[in-house]
Amino acid sequence: MGFLKTFVLGGIHPPENKLSAGKPIRSLSVPVQVVVPMGQNLGAPSKPVVKRGDKVKTGQLIAEAGGFISSNVHSPVSGTIFKIDNMMDASGFRRPAFIIKVEGDEWMDGIDNTETFVKDVTLSSEEIIAKVKNAGIVGMGGATFPTHVKLMVPPGRNAEYLIINGVECEPYLTADHQLMLEKGPEIVVGTKILMKALKVNRAVIGIENNKPDAIKLMRDLTAEEEGIVVQPLKVKYPQGGEKQLIKAVTNREVPSGKLPIEVGCVVQNVGTAFAVYEAVTKNKPLIERVVTVTGKALENPSNLRVRIGTPVRALVDEAGGFPDDTGKIIGGGPMMGKALATLDVPVVKGTSGILLQREEAAHRPVEGPCIRCSKCTQVCPMGLEPFLLSRLARVGNYEAAEGEGVMDCIECGSCQYTCPAKIPLLDYLRLGKNKVGVLIRARTKR
Amino acid sequence: MDNVVFISMLVLGALGLVSAIILYFVARKFKVFEDPKIDEVEAVLPNANCGGCGYPGCRPFAEVTTKKAKEDKSLDDLLCPVGGNDVMKMIADIHGLSIQERDPMIAVVRCNGTFAHSPEKVKFEGVTSCSFADALFAGEGGCQYGCLGLGDCVDACGFDAINMDAETGLPVVNDKCTACGACVIACPRDIIELREKGPKDKRIFVSCVNKDKGATAIKNCDVACIGCGKCEKVCEFDAITISNFLSYIDFDKCRLCRKCVEVCPTNSIWEVNFKPRKPRPEKAVKPKQNSVNVATATLITSQKIVSGTKNTERSNIDKSEN
Repeated sequence: MGFLKTFVLGGIHPPENKLSAGKPIRSLSVPVQVVVPMGQNLGAPSKPVVKRGDKVKTGQLIAEAGGFISSNVHSPVSGTIFKIDNMMDASGFRRPAFIIKVEGDEWMDGIDNTETFVKDVTLSSEEIIAKVKNAGIVGMGGATFPTHVKLMVPPGRNAEYLIINGVECEPYLTADHQLMLEKGPEIVVGTKILMKALKVNRAVIGIENNKPDAIKLMRDLTAEEEGIVVQPLKVKYPQGGEKQLIKAVTNREVPSGKLPIEVGCVVQNVGTAFAVYEAVTKNKPLIERVVTVTGKALENPSNLRVRIGTPVRALVDEAGGFPDDTGKIIGGGPMMGKALATLDVPVVKGTSGILLQREEAAHRPVEGPCIRCSKCTQVCPMGLEPFLLSRLARVGNYEAAEGEGVMDCIECGSCQYTCPAKIPLLDYLRLGKNKVGVLIRARTKR
Repeated sequence: MDNVVFISMLVLGALGLVSAIILYFVARKFKVFEDPKIDEVEAVLPNANCGGCGYPGCRPFAEVTTKKAKEDKSLDDLLCPVGGNDVMKMIADIHGLSIQERDPMIAVVRCNGTFAHSPEKVKFEGVTSCSFADALFAGEGGCQYGCLGLGDCVDACGFDAINMDAETGLPVVNDKCTACGACVIACPRDIIELREKGPKDKRIFVSCVNKDKGATAIKNCDVACIGCGKCEKVCEFDAITISNFLSYIDFDKCRLCRKCVEVCPTNSIWEVNFKPRKPRPEKAVKPKQNSVNVATATLITSQKIVSGTKNTERSNIDKSEN
């Protein structure tokens, strides 16, 4: 098999459990009511442009970007704005959202809602970025960073590589894998559009070696494309992390506290590439996404294409109903996802998966004392010392934690996963990051 | 042999003498003048080094008071909350000034989301730190403004004045509170507030910080303030304001008439340490003696709600019994 590329520092290999692998993507029918949160991206929440009682069509702009790092929000259905109110989000907090009562499915004029494949794009870089911005596209891997901001290369920097992230290193999730299998040609066109927007001539599609069918398909599709290479990667978590993927593909290291553009790389998820394809060739805003609904107790783990704002309950029902033996519902993958407070929360732009954990797997083991085995240090992909950082956060010495690089933590959870004493290392690291973030903000304000 | 001893003594003695002379002049030259009053002030301060005055410790506070006394001839904007009026008076005497008497303050927990009032909807597993949990989720009862019950305030208190009640899941402030404000800073949800202790420890406050609309607030917690405005209307002293569906009682204006307590439909306004209005012989729950704090009252009402009694008047009698 030879040596496959991967990142150097740390990393783990949790059981893959890709239960829904190979299950074709099914479209979920439009629900009777959707809840569309205004803040669906990293950064500033969007500002509403419609009011209560307005009739909206599918794909109509309902909230516009509320700052530089912000994105537009479009109505995923056609119907009436029933209410603009604070609604419960994934963590149980009430945040502003649109509640739209669905009436039929009437699309906005100018949106091509067909499956016809468009291969050629003649737009310029600026036009593409404007279209991506208008379509409200954000990073679909889960971090939801607005894509148009990533595409605008700051002056003085030069993008050399576009890296398409088809790694999907999280256990259980298969949405990106299935999207590559079913929408391969579209993703390749999306990649070409992104290359054009960034004015780069080299693109690498990174795919982990546990998806040989996707690697083969993408290789076949890009055989005649100039500058696009498919790079198989060794299976290792957290390879889907931006910095880890850049290290694995280009052997470059993003400096601490800097963005990938510093080393000439821009990373986009395959889901984002597909959304960009739809936005640019078909004027279709980001109003639906593929979500993996999975879990060991679930009858029929599936990959579903759903409208943004659909309640999670509808997805679980489609995948065989809510099993009795459920201890925890996680939005996202098992490693980085967050537990959901209820099943009534909506699917948002960053929801890559819904995982239902069984009761026995849902609870945390009892914490023991640190035995100084240094396993956490060995697996940390950022080269940090989680045992030390968690200790510093626990005793409240946040200045020292900052000095030890707590802000470089990507919250992948490898340390906590591997800890034989079951210490909640990531919890303390997150606490440390929160507190240090407050310290840094206070310092810059002064 | 004797010679060697003699010479060593002579050399070392001479060295010592020269060094002493140098040190003497250096000390004279670089002498820092320190007002002796700083030491005097520090001696009367409680030396808790809690930071409640806004300065890093008691010595810096002593320096600041001395400086202010000299420059402004007034100590009005300085207060050692731990020492209170007595200590401030002593400091003023040292400087030959007089002070304004201030009403003593106490930390007040403005949440009544006990296990009974705000039943658990989700379960939290993770580190027991409020500031961590606050960033992660709304709370086990579903109220995103309410107490998380993980005890950051307890950890922050340097006076052993606050501790968690296992039955209610809420922090309890006791008599030892010095109003240093450490818990106020520690609470990520701004639930704890410093309020005037009030005459004979009597005080009235809104025990809720929920800014949701009434219907949403009451869904998560029986005793949430729904912002109905009844208290605002009944108040004769303009002490009550309502903003963001939340009532707030200004303790400077409040005259402790207790009319707002009577009209509150959700029992979210608390009266503490009042005598009962009409003694009722059939009352079952006898509160503990000497418990002059908020959360004891909290506990009693929670028992009332559990047993199905929601009579406003009766609950209030219970509250005022301690």
